[in-house]
Amino acid sequence: MKCVKTTLKGWKEIPEGCAITEPGSSVNFDVTAWRTSSPVIDQNKCTKCGMCFLYCPDSAIEIDEAGNYRVNLSYCKGCGICAKGCAPKAITMVKEGH
Amino acid sequence: MARRVGISGNYAVAYAVKMADVDMIAAYPITPQTTIVEKLSEFVANGELDASYMNVESEHSAMSACVGASLTGARVFTATSSQGLALMHEILFMASALRTPIVMANVNRALSAPLNIWNDHSDAMAQRDAGCIQLWVRSAQEAFDTTIEAFKIAEETRLPVMVNLDGFILSHMYEPVELADEDEVRKFIPSRPLENRVSTKKAHAVGVVGPPEYYYEMKYQAIDAIEKSRLKIKEIDKEFNSRFGKSYGEIEAYGMDGAEAALIVMGSIFGSAKEVANSLREEGKKVGVISLRLFRPFPIQEIRRAVEGIKAVGVVDRATAPGGVGNPLYNEIAAALYDMPERPAIQGFVAGLGGRDIRQDDFRLMYSATEKAAREGAGRCIYVGLRE
Amino acid sequence: MLEIRWHGRGGQGAVTAAEILATSVINEGKYAQAFAAFGPERRGAPVLAFTRISDKEILTRCQIYEPDIIVVLDKNLCTMEGVGDGLKDNGIVVLNTDQKAEDYLQVFGNAGKIAVVDATEIALRELGSPITNTAILGALVRATGVVGLETLEEVMRQKFKQYAEKNINAVRRAFEETVVFEAGGKK
Repeated sequence: MKCVKTTLKGWKEIPEGCAITEPGSSVNFDVTAWRTSSPVIDQNKCTKCGMCFLYCPDSAIEIDEAGNYRVNLSYCKGCGICAKGCAPKAITMVKEGH
Repeated sequence: MARRVGISGNYAVAYAVKMADVDMIAAYPITPQTTIVEKLSEFVANGELDASYMNVESEHSAMSACVGASLTGARVFTATSSQGLALMHEILFMASALRTPIVMANVNRALSAPLNIWNDHSDAMAQRDAGCIQLWVRSAQEAFDTTIEAFKIAEETRLPVMVNLDGFILSHMYEPVELADEDEVRKFIPSRPLENRVSTKKAHAVGVVGPPEYYYEMKYQAIDAIEKSRLKIKEIDKEFNSRFGKSYGEIEAYGMDGAEAALIVMGSIFGSAKEVANSLREEGKKVGVISLRLFRPFPIQEIRRAVEGIKAVGVVDRATAPGGVGNPLYNEIAAALYDMPERPAIQGFVAGLGGRDIRQDDFRLMYSATEKAAREGAGRCIYVGLRE
Repeated sequence: MLEIRWHGRGGQGAVTAAEILATSVINEGKYAQAFAAFGPERRGAPVLAFTRISDKEILTRCQIYEPDIIVVLDKNLCTMEGVGDGLKDNGIVVLNTDQKAEDYLQVFGNAGKIAVVDATEIALRELGSPITNTAILGALVRATGVVGLETLEEVMRQKFKQYAEKNINAVRRAFEETVVFEAGGKK
């Protein structure tokens, strides 16, 4: 078990004007440990309607070069909204082994 | 070449903004500010000023649009009064914390109710803690010069600057103004890119959530910035002087040689107060007057130096802080002088609310009450000219 | 220092006249202020405007309570309370009226001079509307010599543009037709 320690920056170190100047800094936050289950997409059932992509509150659904929908597990918190919203029932929430 | 013209205080501001070559103006009309943005819209419409003029549906939107435009690095201007400034209230705090160098003219007018379009200082005083630099002018000439300085102060401190001018008494009074040469003004405030601005080329998030772990630090940056602006404001005024031959300082003290009692005032009444001080001095009275040009940051050291050896000061407020210890300017002065080894007695006055003329007799009354405070100590706040 | 109080009705241009005069004086290198007893004036309501003129910088910004000169743009205002208030002894009164100056001796008992001109008639003929502010400026210049006619005309050219010539004609005619009556001042 590793304990993650966050160092808070002082007022002189943070960018001026309540800004985040580095784009995409949310990748620095690991949210994978939040999940109890993760979505698994059955590509045979998927109609590529895109509802999971729209519903996902964390933008964890991505579209690969072949046009297939994939789950980026570094963002997925396992809420299951994608599975609920999937009309052809192509997404199943599978419990993770903790 | 500089040229001498007869124009109103509002037009003086509009000419300064035009010479500052702003990129964007967003405003909503409100008396007595309207003729500033009316003139500016004319400049934009006839091609004299290459700026984007944004019509908005309220002052809340005007200030919001200015914040957005300023975050892209544009030089922006807005103007308002009274209820309009009140409607900008929440955005003013954002403008300072997001460090947007917005220049705004606030043409001072009383806050309702009762509805009143005339001058007092209640609008600006209600925005005292928003983190904006507040400058107060005393003539149309100063409105012109200060607006030009304001752009430089704003951009070098990256803080919003509010230029306050008294509604009607300055905004609509025609008087002589020497307009500086436009090229000289542009040399004084050249357009230059600001760092850390939003652009389409580089992703950059502004106005993010500041959780308890960071709000404090983010807020403190703006507090530190306005503290440090004192030095910048001095430097810029000095630089203005070397280029245009005029300097205003943080405060102006008049007739303080050997004075025992002095009034402390803000805004356009300085002239009348000086005139009455002149005649009182001819009558042998030892009186002077101090006027604040800077209210935020508050010129603590300058005020202390100015009142050294004075037996009593009379603080003239054109705004009230009901239920408070004293009124806004009184409270500031009292706090600033509190730990002086030998501080003067501090007599409070309220005068000129809602456009009530402060007449020469009113000034005489205030001077003599301050002299009395020098002898007997200060009494309760005097509401000058109030009918029983 | 010279202090002038203007009495007019909303729409007659008293405030504009006060401003034109101040601008002209400033253009001659002197100091001046022009301001109004500001308010949301409706058309026809009595309005007040003020001009201060001085060779030195003007410090005061109080309103004017004891004018050296009173200008009235509408003769009916003379029947109202307060028109003559505070006039300095031997002060000057400039009136738009079709009556004789002598008729106003009671209203302005301490006036040194009363200048009269039928500015309404002049305005109607020259401008086609009863806006008497420019004509009365001609009368004021005639009665007081406070500023040069040419300076005044130049300011009007800049301010009124295509309407300037008509207004300048009104000023000139009023200047010619003004009758200055030596009222004798305070007895």
